[in-house]
Amino acid sequence: MNENTMRGRVTELLRAYPPATTDPAVFHRARFDAGLAWVHFPEGLGGLGISRDLQDVVDTELRSGGAPLNPAGHIGIGLGMAAPTILAFGTAEQQLRYLRPLWLGDEVWCQLFSEPGAGSDLAAVATRAVRDDGGGWVVNGQKVWTSSAHVARFAILLARTDPDVPKHRGLSYFVLDMSAPGVEVRPLRQITGEAEFNEVFLTDVRVPDTARLGEVGDGWKVANATLSSERVAIGGDQADRESGMISKVAQLWREHPGVRSAAVHDRVMERWVAAEVFRLTGARLRQRLATGAPGFEGAAMKVMFADLAQSISLLELELDPDGALQYDDWALVRPASVDFLSRGPGYRYLRAKGNSIEGGTSEVLRNIVAERVLGLPGEARVDKDVPWKKVPR
Amino acid sequence: MTLPVYSGPVRLSLVESEDEESVRTVVRKLLADRCASEDVAAVYDGAQGLHGALWRTLAADLGLAGLLVPEEAGGAGAGPRETGTVLEELGSAVAPVPFLTSAVIATSTLVRLMPEQSADRSAVRDTLVAAASGELVLTLAVPWSAVPDSPAYTVREKPDGLHGDVTPVAGADAGTFLVPALGTDGPGLWLVDRAEVRATPVTALDMTRPLATLRLDGARARPVARGRAAEDAVRAGLLTGAGLLASEQVGLAHWCLTETVSYLTERRQFGRVVGGFQAIKHRMADLHIAVESARAAARYAAAALADDPGDAPVAVAVAASVCSEVAVRAAEECVQLHGGIGMTWEHPAHLRLKRAVADQVALGTPVRHRARLGGIVGIVPDKECR
Ligand SMILES: Cc1cc2nc3c(=O)[nH]c(=O)nc-3n(C[C@H](O)[C@H](O)[C@H](O)COP(=O)(O)OP(=O)(O)OC[C@H]3O[C@@H](n4cnc5c(N)ncnc54)[C@H](O)[C@@H]3O)c2cc1C
Repeated sequence: MNENTMRGRVTELLRAYPPATTDPAVFHRARFDAGLAWVHFPEGLGGLGISRDLQDVVDTELRSGGAPLNPAGHIGIGLGMAAPTILAFGTAEQQLRYLRPLWLGDEVWCQLFSEPGAGSDLAAVATRAVRDDGGGWVVNGQKVWTSSAHVARFAILLARTDPDVPKHRGLSYFVLDMSAPGVEVRPLRQITGEAEFNEVFLTDVRVPDTARLGEVGDGWKVANATLSSERVAIGGDQADRESGMISKVAQLWREHPGVRSAAVHDRVMERWVAAEVFRLTGARLRQRLATGAPGFEGAAMKVMFADLAQSISLLELELDPDGALQYDDWALVRPASVDFLSRGPGYRYLRAKGNSIEGGTSEVLRNIVAERVLGLPGEARVDKDVPWKKVPR
Repeated sequence: MTLPVYSGPVRLSLVESEDEESVRTVVRKLLADRCASEDVAAVYDGAQGLHGALWRTLAADLGLAGLLVPEEAGGAGAGPRETGTVLEELGSAVAPVPFLTSAVIATSTLVRLMPEQSADRSAVRDTLVAAASGELVLTLAVPWSAVPDSPAYTVREKPDGLHGDVTPVAGADAGTFLVPALGTDGPGLWLVDRAEVRATPVTALDMTRPLATLRLDGARARPVARGRAAEDAVRAGLLTGAGLLASEQVGLAHWCLTETVSYLTERRQFGRVVGGFQAIKHRMADLHIAVESARAAARYAAAALADDPGDAPVAVAVAASVCSEVAVRAAEECVQLHGGIGMTWEHPAHLRLKRAVADQVALGTPVRHRARLGGIVGIVPDKECR
């Protein structure tokens, strides 16, 4: 399929469902069924089984045709992490069951990976999944920092199924129904005042074996696929020039003469350039990935993104000292997704601190870049060949 | 506010095409055979051989001098994208050849005048033909630190010829100079033979790109453009130069990164490979990120110069400011992380450091590019700001 036939398909969709007069939900469903949701997914699952680069063509055409956007912020984890993992490791039934409502935003997903004792060292998770009599699983444990758990219908869950082997080998990967008995979600207030993430307590939660993704004991491999997709999802948006946080700084400068000074002009421009370069780097990465699978370069993009968001948001505070002394709202709300741009500069500054922690810290991602991209030696490992249950913790 | 230039998602390809990759392979191979670091270093002690011999092969045998020259003037009719790829390789090897000054800057200045009603169209064409064949080396006579705006004119037309000094001019071993000067009726551009000019070599920080002070004292010259046409041509030449210099800087930075990583993978201290220490790994990861993002900026500048002239001023300012800084940082890291060896004349790191630092000043410092960029995108530090 080439660009022109692709454009033809989009035009057909826009003609059959004119965005101006069509309910957005109806439009999204029609788009999914036409295979224009994520074109590199198989037919029948929202795609056409073709190269990923044609998605850009679809997005551009839809955008110029005034089509509604699917609620990407809201479904970010599902879209960026659950979906590619289900596609790679799920059975046909699992794919049919989960992918469509996920993409439509009807079902939100969350990621039950991190635990109080296993963050960067994710393979150390202690949440146990034990076989029950019927061949299913009983899960017990505690997860933490779980974004969107309070609105999620499903979770991807990493749990230990064999404590007697070294940590990477004793894990399995499940889809967890968040409405199952024994799942308890408690808001966890964060630095911004709100509670975007949660603690999740799992007490004797029953999970059928049909909800497993990948083989028993192969959970680490599945989780790795999720993580590399996550890093691409975080780093790889197709953005406009001067969009994102830099738009706030540029706007501040243009509209408020009081903030302008010759002394900080170069710093504003330096960030502007950095934002533009980030955008170009993302475009280049996307163009390169167009045909292949997500690679480790996503880790580099994510480090870049965190540095950028943090340096721009700090500059924004410095530019407007009076504004910097105020905060918009400390109320404990539980948002379904992050929205940097509709909040105040103080929020942006504080929330951006999470960018270098969530989805793998910048330190850990730098290790990944150094080892897997540049080929430098790995860190010394003390727990590699030791059964998980014998590792001191 | 809408930006005065295109601001939607990136439309141009930032990935190297097959053609670009094949040009790269050829140039890389030639430089590997013919441009050893020892020979480049010899340039600092006055050796001239590499300049001439290497340039003849690159310019004439490979036809690189004509890369930006249209086919009707005997060139290859390739574009800024291929040229950027060549510059990456030349930057990587710090090849002491006048490719950037002659085949890129001076050539694009003249190419710009081809379709115009220039004062002397045949002179433009003949000069391009000679330059494309590699026979004639050109240089635009502006200070090497000039920002791609209209240059300040230090040369004037008088009844007996051109008068004035220009310093420091890069690629000063040229056969013909393109001299912007103030004529009796406004700005213009003249062709001046080397014999008409007193060129006093300058001892440069980066001896791989020779600099000189030019003195014109009643120099006989042929006018090739006047007024706006002349100014536009000079601006186009400098903009192309600044935009593609970014590719040279990326090539240089990439060399520094790769050399450093490979050294750190072999060098052992404290019973370990030094590159296994996390403090070092993180610096290398950051440098990799910086180099790859500089590459995206440089590719975009080349792509915009080729296919989106409207966005080229923004693309060039972005690339010029970021790539200069990344090249210097990469060269500095290269010296530092090679330890004592990095300080020696024997190790080729110093050649890159000198080139990187000189390149950072060349064709506008990063600060000046950002200041210009602010003007283009409406972020200016004064009352005019809307
Ligand atoms: C806003 C936000 C949302 C999140 N959402 C989710 C979610 O939805 N689901 C989920 O499962 N998790 C989520 N997380 C958790 C996140 O993935 C972890 O916090 C993260 O992986 C770091 O783990 P940790 O907090 O245990 O820190 P630790 O691993 O304890 O790290 C502490 C410090 O040590 C450093 N460090 C650790 N190991 C190394 C090393 N090898 N080399 C160098 N430095 C090292 C770290 O970089 C960090 O600075 C979220 C976190 C945040 C902040």
